[in-house]
Amino acid sequence: MTRAKTTLSEILSSLFPEGHAVTVTNGLVSGEGPFRGGRLAVIGIDGDVPLGVEGACRLAADVLDVVRRGNRTPILVAIDSDSQRMSRRDELLGLNEYLAHLAKTLLLADAQGHPTVGLIYGHSAAGAFIATALATRILVGLPGANPSVMDLPSVARVTKLPLERLEAMAKDMPVFAPGLDNMVRTGAVQAVLDPARPLAEQIAAVIDALPAEDTRDRAGRERGGRPVAEAIAAQVVRDASLG
Amino acid sequence: MGERIIDPATEGWAASWYEASARARLDGLLDAGSFREVIGPEQRRMSPHLPLFDLPRAFDDGMIVGSGRLDGKPVLVAAQEGRFMGGAFGEVHGAKLVGLLRAALALKPDAVLILFDTGGVRLQEANAGETAIAEVMRAITQVRAAGVPVIGLIGGRAGAYGGGGLIAGTCSRLVVSEGGRISVSGPEVIETNRGAEEFDSRDRALVWRTMGGKHRRLTGGADAYADDTVRAFRQAALDAIARAPAFDLATLEAEQKRLEERLARFGDCRDATEIWGRLGVNDPAAVPALTTAEFDALLAGLGETTHDAR
Repeated sequence: MTRAKTTLSEILSSLFPEGHAVTVTNGLVSGEGPFRGGRLAVIGIDGDVPLGVEGACRLAADVLDVVRRGNRTPILVAIDSDSQRMSRRDELLGLNEYLAHLAKTLLLADAQGHPTVGLIYGHSAAGAFIATALATRILVGLPGANPSVMDLPSVARVTKLPLERLEAMAKDMPVFAPGLDNMVRTGAVQAVLDPARPLAEQIAAVIDALPAEDTRDRAGRERGGRPVAEAIAAQVVRDASLG
Repeated sequence: MGERIIDPATEGWAASWYEASARARLDGLLDAGSFREVIGPEQRRMSPHLPLFDLPRAFDDGMIVGSGRLDGKPVLVAAQEGRFMGGAFGEVHGAKLVGLLRAALALKPDAVLILFDTGGVRLQEANAGETAIAEVMRAITQVRAAGVPVIGLIGGRAGAYGGGGLIAGTCSRLVVSEGGRISVSGPEVIETNRGAEEFDSRDRALVWRTMGGKHRRLTGGADAYADDTVRAFRQAALDAIARAPAFDLATLEAEQKRLEERLARFGDCRDATEIWGRLGVNDPAAVPALTTAEFDALLAGLGETTHDAR
């Protein structure tokens, strides 16, 4: 898909027609705006920026602030990021703990009644994706978004398969190929929103229809991108017993 | 499982955790004969995707899940086989762990034990693997919130890399051995993306002191340091179950504080030895060669590395 992606400022205008207090500092998005008579908190990453230890720590602090204030304020996680920041220093300082902590704050917010919605509008990959948009109750996308685990040239290097062959396989194998459509078919992205319609009402509709449980494996089976995961998980639940 | 793979009578418990297979680790970790596998290899629930890449499959897809007893306590267990596809998360591999955690919500075992041995996402099934990791992390927090500790044991050949590192960071407690590396980007990934001057992946000493068990334990990234034996991991797992932190706002606020302090204190350090020096280690250069007993004595003098902020 080569559609132009929606910019963050377009997204914020469409979400908050009356104005908002969302700021972007070094690619880190944070703030809130009026929403359905209350507030909608926004955190995120803009500008294809990688997520390192400082960024993850900052965003986690913002999420905890929302949780501390209570009121079941919904949280939107808007993402156009690179992967995790790949550096010796980030790993020395324990990047896995920082990314997991950020994901945990979002999962805690969800557990305490804050609806959490991910919105992928640009790129994202690997650890940065898992720690942010994939840690929400429901993840939606906008046309032009391009989530991936790894780009195909890198996959070719690691798997030692020719790039041309991978490109051919990518056309009908959503389980490994990059891109928004494939993440929809895997069940990770629940739906693609319409950028021509006001986002405020579309996000409100997503929040009103939040599934009670994690339904990503069911969606993956229904859409053909993850054909067996749901059945495998269900069989383990059925067959497991304490001896 | 009938015959024990590891025979305690012949000091088999001293067998290396690092060298053992996933099945041998489970066998030695749990009470004799107590392991019951779910979706065992006889069911041949293999990857539906690997044949398209002309790759061999494993009957268990490199993930073994089931139940057993640990010193009489009922537990659920998952073990990754690092020798199959580097223990990486594919569709079946990940779904077995997701199912085990969902089962834990209903069965309320005394703990869920995850024996990590993974390079991260299996690229041939990347989207399925990545989504499964997100499902696992969500399920772990639900299991923890229900009062069931989730304990990670990390000492395998493949370490706990990529999404495996994020899952590890979601557990209630982590036990590591010297060889148990925890990291998001692996040494080769950093070198490929940033060059050998940023990270020389062939410098094994650098890998060990940047991502290895001693560094993670010293900085509070892991809660217990175990000898590289099946017996030591068994004892450490038992100790970990007894004192696991809750999953609530207070815990995450404490973790926020802990991680902010780490950045403030060590953010300008280039090498692990600088961090160890600031922690109060008198001879940082000697740390890699310390025996477990010597390392434990060192830890005892550095109280701040032990915490419930996870």
